[in-house]
Amino acid sequence: MTAPASFDRSLRRSAVWIGISLALIAAVYVRALAFTPEEVTQGLAQKIFYIHAPSAWVAFLAYGIVGLCSLLYLVFKDPRLDLLAASSAEVGVVFLTVVLITGPIWGKVVWGAWWTWDARLTLTLFLWFVVLGYLVLRGAVEEPGRRARYSAVLGILGAVLVPFIHVSVYLFRTLHPMPVVLRPGRPELPGAMLVTTLLAFVVFTIFFFSLLARRYAWARAVDARAQQEAERADAS
Amino acid sequence: MPSVLAQAWAIAAKDLLLEFRSRTAFLSALVFTALVLAIFNFARDPTAVSAADLAPSVLWITFAFAGVLTLSRAFGLEKENRAMDGLLLSPASRTAIYVGKTAANLVFVGAIEAIALPLFALFFDVDLLPVLPPLVLVIALATIGFVSIGTLMSSMAVNTRYGELLLLVLVLPFLVTPVSAAAAMTAKILALRPSVEWAPWLRLLAAYDITFVVLCTLVFEYTLEE
Repeated sequence: MTAPASFDRSLRRSAVWIGISLALIAAVYVRALAFTPEEVTQGLAQKIFYIHAPSAWVAFLAYGIVGLCSLLYLVFKDPRLDLLAASSAEVGVVFLTVVLITGPIWGKVVWGAWWTWDARLTLTLFLWFVVLGYLVLRGAVEEPGRRARYSAVLGILGAVLVPFIHVSVYLFRTLHPMPVVLRPGRPELPGAMLVTTLLAFVVFTIFFFSLLARRYAWARAVDARAQQEAERADAS
Repeated sequence: MPSVLAQAWAIAAKDLLLEFRSRTAFLSALVFTALVLAIFNFARDPTAVSAADLAPSVLWITFAFAGVLTLSRAFGLEKENRAMDGLLLSPASRTAIYVGKTAANLVFVGAIEAIALPLFALFFDVDLLPVLPPLVLVIALATIGFVSIGTLMSSMAVNTRYGELLLLVLVLPFLVTPVSAAAAMTAKILALRPSVEWAPWLRLLAAYDITFVVLCTLVFEYTLEE
């Protein structure tokens, strides 16, 4: 049994976009490594920012989509919103993982420690836990309608939790002295680095949306097939 | 509104009466809490860390875990003989069910905390009497925070595979704010610091409670069958 032609089309289109964005990422990286000046104090370690920062932006964007689609799902009860939220969570967790891997690599070189309970780092870690919980919950509920409602509830609560965690970590940090780490302020970006950073953000955003489109098309196809099978089972 | 509160009260009273008759869950939760408090004392190097330094963390890890572990009881109770269907068919509104279940959980967890607190004072040599009013305020606020979230999550988790483990995975990220706020405030209160030093935490915890109590009450109906 094959999925309807429209799904095939959207799957193919998203594959093309993924190819384009991967090529663009490679291009941005050539620019970052070969044609962008090295940062004075951080040296080569700073180059990881061209992956780290755009991934973080994309990860939080992905969770924003999860929260928004969850809220809209409870209002409109459209199953497509649930599939979009689920797809966004799944793609988002990949980018969150990239953030959590590249962050400590940079931290070891510049801060002298793999991990510090820095505010943004901790926030990202807990967002990762919330998204993993969201995906585990989806896996633990069989019935599609109930799965959609449960995950929408968790998606909304998680989105509201994020600012609270941010404030908690911030208070925790200011009330306790930080361990001795070198934490440079955000460097003023010279022109060439700024352009590379902006390009990286744009390219990663395109990459995210092409992955999201593909994951969503796939979710629709799986959903359609499950419905076909249910109808066939009813008919026989 | 009065009818919602009356319905909620009826549900909470039913749950608490059931619990009072068997007392199994209460006693096991209480023994669990006492055991964790006792084990914590041996999970430290007495020459390096004094009991007093560790006391706030121990108190809050114990309360949070004991609290969350007992929350699955509220809706687990209704699984047997599909009692939940009966509850949904009763005239009680969905809001009343949530408020009633949360209230019963609050009384249950509060009772455990009330017995565990003197035990904590005994084990960790803490002089509670002079700091009791602010400490009770902190315990009440933090407990309201994690019980309201936990009750909502347990309503979903009971209907899934690996329910109790899943409940922990879902609730623990939400404990960051109440536990870090309560532990920080407990440390300041036990050290007899002036209240201005822990006021920011108090504001954060109050904001957390208001936000999540309202939000959980609003979204609870979506965790039930339509």
